[in-house]
Amino acid sequence: MSASSWAWLVLLLPLLGSIVVALGFRAIPARVAGVIGTASIALAFVCAVAALINLLGDEPEARHHASSLWTYAGAGGLHVDLGIYVDQLSVFMMLVVTGVSALIHLYSFGYMRSDEGYHRFFSYLNFFVFSMLLLVLAGNFVLLIVGWAFVGFASYALISFWYRRTTATTAGMKAFVINVVGDIGLVLAAFLIVQQLGSFEYETVFARAPEVFARGEWTVTAICLLLLVGAFAKSAQIPFHTWLPDAMEGPTPVSSLIHAATMVTAGVYLIARTHVLFYLAPTAADIAAFVGLATLLIAGTIAIAQTDLKRAIAYSTMSQIGYMIMGVSIGAYSAGLFHLMTHACFKALLFMTAGSIISAMANRQDIDRMSGFWRAMRFTSVCLVIGGLALAAFPLTSGFFSKDSILAYAEARGGIYTWMAIGGYVGAFLTAIYTFRLVFRVLPGEPCKEAQHLIDSGELYHGPPLNPANEEEEDTEIGFPGAHHHIAEQSWPMAAAMAALAFGALFAGLVQVPGVDNVLFGFLDPAFANSPLEAIHPEVGAEWRGLAIGAVISIVGIALAWYLWVARPQLPALFRRRLRPVYLLCLDKWYFDEAIELLIVRPALAIGRFANDTFERLVVDGLVNGTKEAVGDAGGVVRFVQSGFVRSYALLLIAGFAGLALYFLLGSS
Amino acid sequence: MTIEWYIVLSSLLFAIGAMGILLRRSPIVILLCLELMLNAGNLALVAFSRMVGNQQGQVFAIVVMVVAACEVVVGLGLIVAIFRRRLPLNVDELRELRG
Repeated sequence: MSASSWAWLVLLLPLLGSIVVALGFRAIPARVAGVIGTASIALAFVCAVAALINLLGDEPEARHHASSLWTYAGAGGLHVDLGIYVDQLSVFMMLVVTGVSALIHLYSFGYMRSDEGYHRFFSYLNFFVFSMLLLVLAGNFVLLIVGWAFVGFASYALISFWYRRTTATTAGMKAFVINVVGDIGLVLAAFLIVQQLGSFEYETVFARAPEVFARGEWTVTAICLLLLVGAFAKSAQIPFHTWLPDAMEGPTPVSSLIHAATMVTAGVYLIARTHVLFYLAPTAADIAAFVGLATLLIAGTIAIAQTDLKRAIAYSTMSQIGYMIMGVSIGAYSAGLFHLMTHACFKALLFMTAGSIISAMANRQDIDRMSGFWRAMRFTSVCLVIGGLALAAFPLTSGFFSKDSILAYAEARGGIYTWMAIGGYVGAFLTAIYTFRLVFRVLPGEPCKEAQHLIDSGELYHGPPLNPANEEEEDTEIGFPGAHHHIAEQSWPMAAAMAALAFGALFAGLVQVPGVDNVLFGFLDPAFANSPLEAIHPEVGAEWRGLAIGAVISIVGIALAWYLWVARPQLPALFRRRLRPVYLLCLDKWYFDEAIELLIVRPALAIGRFANDTFERLVVDGLVNGTKEAVGDAGGVVRFVQSGFVRSYALLLIAGFAGLALYFLLGSS
Repeated sequence: MTIEWYIVLSSLLFAIGAMGILLRRSPIVILLCLELMLNAGNLALVAFSRMVGNQQGQVFAIVVMVVAACEVVVGLGLIVAIFRRRLPLNVDELRELRG
């Protein structure tokens, strides 16, 4: 079988899993549904590996195959195939998506066990994986948009999974609306592309673009800016990021899979996929890089002040995606994707540990309540530390190599990009601080009430079911979290998934160590060979210098976090008082929600109200009511004929016929 | 006999039927009068068929009979249903469908 056949199988399996679980939810027992969901993704991963092996059999330059099943639409000279494009980039994304998803399905198998919506959860989750795979495998912009929108829907469905929580449904709507803004950008970009280049197919578009566009021409800049709207909305970059922290209302495996490891990296993939266009539009690429940089710094400062465990990690996700966006925008394509891969491992792991801890806290997420989990949950704690080390780019962990490969490229490209590298190092420092703030507040110290209960009785603490966002009382029926919680120490699927990801978080970086091996870049680089930026390579010496700086920054950051939250725990409170405006700025997320409310939501509402009061009331209602009254009046005129007397109907009938007969008789004579 | 006699008889029957429908209130009688009108038509058809000299008019007459049989079934069924529900068998009082 060829690589593209395997890729079709990868696409088919999650879709099948989703449909089988969704349609058979009455017939299939809950555990079997979980097995089907997990197995379909695991098989998809196997097929992805087979596709990779197949692709490696080709020459590096010939590792791209387009394959089409049938024509999706064809009209007016436009031709859209239901086709996929298999190259190094899509195979790489396919492997990351299916690999991490399989582990998260395994984790959910244990974590969601007592939830009443178990079938629904796995069906949605499989559908999400299918959509994401469609997004990365699509061979043209139309199918990309289809996958893009499916992913948005799947995200909405899973954020609102506990649909009786009003906070969750609101968050789902917010995510959906912001994602649709991005979809519009993407659709307009596709429109401009087809208008200028006459095709939706990737191969044709990327081959024609350098011939049609001059570098820096405004059309290609406009296309790229519109693509960026889509990428920013999906990847939660400023100013489209406000949905991501709210999306933490979804179950923790969802946060782990969609809002950390896969979906939010779609923007990174998009920029890497359309790198030919972005090379032609340097302004747009620089804007993307600056937005990435701004996001990584701003999200880092916000993460330091947050007290909700999952939200703090969510801001860290935004920040890390900022690195990736910056990387793929300045030309460090392979490095950005490298960080995408390692980030998928350690961020999924961090969310899984967070889920385990939240379960032990009876669904509380406030880190102010947590302490002493090192003694209560050893395995989870070890995983948290491993994930934290990788996120903080501790030397020799995966994040250490991937983050620095982006920054080394930025430095090698020189000019303003050197400043981006410096900004990236500042961000790395923030990362180390906020990550280990979480670690040091959750793990050491006297065990909190819940942790003590776990140590004493070996059972989880069970409080009344509360909504962690607003402390409202809930029940445990369908639409709310289930009655029982599960932690990694007592559920082997969760532990297995976490162990595998912990391994990845520690060692995934070793595939690409400067001067030692070149596995990942050697594989990915040919996919970007048509970009002149690909020719820039940092020297090995410079890379190791960057790595050394990164190591120092990481260790200093961790030490500072230790000093602030373990050695001198009264210091943060002092800072909070002394630097109150700064603290409030970070705590309130730089007032982005308020600004968007003020600048976009309020004016839009005002316009809507105005239109409602004028156009809707006068014109639309006038038309509708006018029609209604005209018909009513006309009916009133002929109404008396319908007297209900059968005999009067008969009289009318006979009189009518008689009249007709008379008319014809007189006419004929 | 010439065709006129048949036509006159047929017209008379038709007029009697029509008057019956217009004047009587009992649904059974109205149904009978309807039959009368249909058969008046039949008579005219058969007479014309005789005059023209082919069988087409007679075929029509048979079709009309079939339709009339169906109509009687439905009509009588309705009447029985009305009777069973203890409603008055009087078309002037059955005027639920007035506009």
